[in-house]
Amino acid sequence: MIIGLEHYLFVAVLLFSIGFFGVLLRKNTLVVFMCLELMLSASILALIAFSRFNSTPSHPLMEGNLLVLFIIAIAACEVAVGLAIIVALWRRNQTVELDEITELKH
Amino acid sequence: MKEILFHFFAALTLVPAFFVATSRKPVNAAMNMMLSFVGLSAMFVLLETYFLAVLQVLVYAGAIVVLFLFIVMLIDAGKSPQPNIIRFLASLAAFALLVFGGYTLVFSGGAGPFAEISTESPANMAQNFGTLLFTRYLLPFQITGFMLLIAMIGVIVVSKGPEEENEGGAE
Repeated sequence: MIIGLEHYLFVAVLLFSIGFFGVLLRKNTLVVFMCLELMLSASILALIAFSRFNSTPSHPLMEGNLLVLFIIAIAACEVAVGLAIIVALWRRNQTVELDEITELKH
Repeated sequence: MKEILFHFFAALTLVPAFFVATSRKPVNAAMNMMLSFVGLSAMFVLLETYFLAVLQVLVYAGAIVVLFLFIVMLIDAGKSPQPNIIRFLASLAAFALLVFGGYTLVFSGGAGPFAEISTESPANMAQNFGTLLFTRYLLPFQITGFMLLIAMIGVIVVSKGPEEENEGGAE
């Protein structure tokens, strides 16, 4: 059996769905954020797999790989800002559980 | 050989990812996330994208996981409550069903249209990235640099807290 594009995409889909349901179902803000990172890395895997399997010698597809490079840089920014927001939330409410943050509800 | 490696690293990516989504303590989730990212970078190596594999380990498994662990230590996030065992088993069963159903569906179909890799990988050398990054994609590269600067300033402003921020506004 030869490992093809669909096998990598299968792994990416599973990783994305784990992250997606983690974001939907978990109540701890930190774990939700980690699941968000899992979704991002699943999309990275799909991009690299597509870029690898669709390139030909006359037309090398570097665009997918470069997009991954930018995604990694932006993800680093996003993690820094998001964690700063979580720390600010903790200072304000002394909790990071999403069930207990109900300021906009009342 | 490559098939065995693919299956091993796919398991190394997916099993810790499942534990990230289900573990009760954020510290365990962060450690599992590191394992998952190492497995993912091994899959990049299988795709012959060595530079991005190195970058994945450096940025994700290195910096981002350490940042998560630092914040977990800082804010003292406690355990999540014990999950309902029936719900946990149900989610595990659904995940297993998804994995094995998709596995049989994907792996029994024979070779797809993209199954054969005959060409050399376009991104097997860091030189390819550098050439394109400093010629055709110079503007996005510079914008990304500014984005990092903006994020740094934003983090400083957010983490200073409300009282210092008021003083800063009055100055």
